[in-house]
Amino acid sequence: MSKLLTVSPSPHVHSSESTQKIMLRVVYAMIPAMLWGIYMFGLDAVRVGLISILSCLAIEFLIQKYIMKVKPSITDGSALITGVLLAFNVPVSLPWWIIIIGAIAAMGVGKLSFGGLGSNVFNPALVGRVFLLISFPVQMTSWPATRMMSVDSVSAATPLAVIKEGIKNGIPVSQLQGLPDLSDMAIGFNNGSMGEISAILLIIGGLYMLWKKVITWQTPVSIILTVLVVSGIFWLINPEMYVNPVYHVITGGLMLGAIFMATDMVTSPMTGKGQLIYGVGIGLITISIRMFGAYPEGISFAILIMNAFVPLINMYVKPKRFGGQ
Amino acid sequence: MLKTFKIGGVHPPENKLSKDKKIEVLPLPKTVFIPVAQHIGAPATPVVKKGDEVKVGQVIAQSSSFVSTNIHSSVSGKVTKVDFSADSSGYPKQGIFIAVDGDEWIEGIDRSEDLVKEISVDGPEIVKKIQEAGIVGLGGATFPTHVKLVPPKGMKAEVLLINGVECEPYLTSDHRLMLEKADEIMVGIQLLMKAMGVDKAVIGIENNKPDAIKLLNEKCSAYKGVSVQPLKVQYPQGGEKQLINAVTGKEVPSGALPIAVGAVVSNVGTAFAVYEAIQKNKPLFERVVTVTGKGLEKPSNFLVRVGTATSELIEAAGGVPENTGKIISGGPMMGRAIASLDVPVTKGTSGLLLIQEEESKREEIQACIRCSRCTSVCPMGLEPYLLMTLGEKQIFDRAENERIMDCIECGSCSYTCPSSRPLLDYIRFGKGKVGAMIRSRKK
Amino acid sequence: MSITVVYTIVTLAVIGAAAAVILYFVAQKFKVVEDPRIDDVDEALPGANCGGCGYAGCRAFAEACVKASALGDLNCPVGGNETMNNVASILGLEAVKKDPRVAYIRCNGTCEHRPKTSSFDGATTCAIASSVYSGESGCQYGCLGYGDCYDACDFDAIVMHPETGIPEIIDDKCVACGACVDACPKDLIELRKKMPKNRKVVVSCRNQDKGGVARKACSVACIGCGKCVKECPFDAITMENNLAYIDSDKCKLCRKCVAVCPTGAIIEENFPPRKVKPVEKKETKPVN
Repeated sequence: MSKLLTVSPSPHVHSSESTQKIMLRVVYAMIPAMLWGIYMFGLDAVRVGLISILSCLAIEFLIQKYIMKVKPSITDGSALITGVLLAFNVPVSLPWWIIIIGAIAAMGVGKLSFGGLGSNVFNPALVGRVFLLISFPVQMTSWPATRMMSVDSVSAATPLAVIKEGIKNGIPVSQLQGLPDLSDMAIGFNNGSMGEISAILLIIGGLYMLWKKVITWQTPVSIILTVLVVSGIFWLINPEMYVNPVYHVITGGLMLGAIFMATDMVTSPMTGKGQLIYGVGIGLITISIRMFGAYPEGISFAILIMNAFVPLINMYVKPKRFGGQ
Repeated sequence: MLKTFKIGGVHPPENKLSKDKKIEVLPLPKTVFIPVAQHIGAPATPVVKKGDEVKVGQVIAQSSSFVSTNIHSSVSGKVTKVDFSADSSGYPKQGIFIAVDGDEWIEGIDRSEDLVKEISVDGPEIVKKIQEAGIVGLGGATFPTHVKLVPPKGMKAEVLLINGVECEPYLTSDHRLMLEKADEIMVGIQLLMKAMGVDKAVIGIENNKPDAIKLLNEKCSAYKGVSVQPLKVQYPQGGEKQLINAVTGKEVPSGALPIAVGAVVSNVGTAFAVYEAIQKNKPLFERVVTVTGKGLEKPSNFLVRVGTATSELIEAAGGVPENTGKIISGGPMMGRAIASLDVPVTKGTSGLLLIQEEESKREEIQACIRCSRCTSVCPMGLEPYLLMTLGEKQIFDRAENERIMDCIECGSCSYTCPSSRPLLDYIRFGKGKVGAMIRSRKK
Repeated sequence: MSITVVYTIVTLAVIGAAAAVILYFVAQKFKVVEDPRIDDVDEALPGANCGGCGYAGCRAFAEACVKASALGDLNCPVGGNETMNNVASILGLEAVKKDPRVAYIRCNGTCEHRPKTSSFDGATTCAIASSVYSGESGCQYGCLGYGDCYDACDFDAIVMHPETGIPEIIDDKCVACGACVDACPKDLIELRKKMPKNRKVVVSCRNQDKGGVARKACSVACIGCGKCVKECPFDAITMENNLAYIDSDKCKLCRKCVAVCPTGAIIEENFPPRKVKPVEKKETKPVN
């Protein structure tokens, strides 16, 4: 024995789990939806993705190194996820400088101002997205044509925008123009942000994360069920005015939000019970905004609002203690 | 579907390298250092002095209170000094140094290998003899066994649980003992049942020891009231409360003893020691110790006299490998890292584990990402991430409300944390402070 | 339009008046009668809320002062005699003069003097390290160097020496609040009488092992030889458990003990250089 023995408190072994591995698994889970976005929107999707990822990484590095003066932690993979999610959440026609502003809002305001990974209250990518949505409403709601549309159409409305118009003007669902079929939307032949259009591929990613135990079932299932039940009630009352509940679940950012953003470990509750409360809350707020709010889509706001309740949920919803309360 | 405990748990790689190695008798050492505090409770008081001749099995330190126990000489020879020397904590503890000379045993110990099945003593006498023989829980907690057998007023034991779980990775001493001393363990269980006045005993064994389950199951037919319960492999099933939960489904209330749900838990090693103490009149001065590690030449199970230096065991197993980074007394999840090879084997030493250099250092601490893995693996249903923060920030009254004292220090949280945070370090620190707070309040 | 403005003003005025009435009655109902001198005393205190006086903060100390019939047991170590005089004059009591004190860390076991025998790898606080085992060196009494005292100090009076890893007290910043004394799990820190020009003669060791054991673990350990006790003309040095201790209230800084100490465990600080070189420093023998 040439060297000194190490002494440390127990336990003396550690699982092979690491933060990087968890983050990378989330990235793997997003790959199918990402590829679909590139297929549908072409090179513009690649452009948005690269700008978003690179600017998120660069901003984290610069702020940590020169403002916070700590060791940069861009290798942990969390900035990468934020970058991909931000790209998923914006129209692919967005100018490069708006994406960079979004990245600054996401990383600087949403994450590092709280102290960095693990300390942020709100989902950084959503902070970035909502910041852009409020600051640049025109650019953020102009959707370029997908490959499925005729060449001369420059932009098209998202299904949710169509529905919103219908509700505002009192046009019955059956008379709405430009609503794609359910099956088209499930596969992803509709319009929207780069990463949100294919419900099926997002679910596949979610199943992968469930299998790898990156996420738990409580949050996504409770969000989706709440949306289904509440919109189902409205639909049963008045099927003329309100769309089929399945429509609500597979359009817009609901799948992306429920599977990839609401489940963000840092900003979701610690216990299963807490996650159910959180999920139901997100579902209720989402559907209220969609039906009664000013915006056609509400999942981003819903997640951010419920993020703010997470510390409270953690405070009062405790895991089942051994030996009773 | 195999039984296991309901909340939390992890499954670290088992690495039972020495499970097929028969128990070997370790050659007598030249000197021994026998600490007087080898159990939970008051240290025993030395009754020998420098220059005294002692024999194997002679009492050299006397139990000083009810929660305390006798210490016996494990060798014959001359007491060289009664002094302080470092035990596994690194702090000097009082003990007795003996220079070994021959191997002369005190009279009355039956050294034959014959199985004595007939039980000729009654319950109270068994308890008395267990106390005299210095028997403590050999699973590692070293709580004096006689104290457990006498339930507090108003409580009654209904079932005896025998812990053959050995959920710690690497360790195989209990496993080997079950295979090689099955009958003796069975008689020991009968003795414990008689002492407690119960007619039912269940041996809990994890499913990774099918040979032991099979063997003990066969033996059960000959011993009334004893049965074997195979369990799903899950750490920390060997924890008293987890074992009770796994076998009976009951939960010991927070802050209460197992007797509150009518259960008493003893280790298989303890059952064997009880057999030897009563049927063979042999006090507890030797035990089976697993010496193991990935780099070790021959991982082994040794029958070792208490007080033997760690270095002798490792020598017998092939010497310390070149790239050893850490040596642990006990298992990798709950054992203590030792700083020197002079540390003696005590009644609670279940194994010695040599960890290689590259595995010995902890990984870099990263920020908590609130993945809630610690919460989901905690077998007590606590929130380790929160308790760590409360310990770190020294908010002890809140930590008490979050039930920090329920923590059994199994280490599942630190084991599983993807950010390699030292959860248990801070929780243990907080427990110490909260414990002191509670004690000062009671005064 | 103008009617809206009027409405607004009237409504706000009514709400404001109602709130004022409610506030007035609530304030009357829940009025706490407090001795006005508490505020005065609180004002006179430094306001550091360090707890050095033994109370939860300056306000609690002020309350205690006002209640007390004599100031004998009450002392604000931060403010010193001046502050206590002010407090005494507010309360019309007699201030008890106390010697100013300063913290000292009684360990000089740097890596050079005290070879490492193992390496610790756990949460880096002294409290946790000391609960796990005796420490990285052969000396179980010595400084662990994880800086619990540094963390405890609210006055920036402790720095961790970058090379030795042992904390050092900056005498001019130390206010003797005692936070570091409580934080040190090895009980190394003592509040000693502050001498002119910050001069010090201290046994910088807490090792209570027998001479040989102590010496093996650390070359500058006190080995309990007792030479200093014999040498001291003022009976300021006592020997207990193989460890010498210099009472700072009795020490007259003659430095005779420093000269006779065979291991250099007694340290002198802030003196002008001596004319004659003291005992020749023995070569440190590496252990092993």
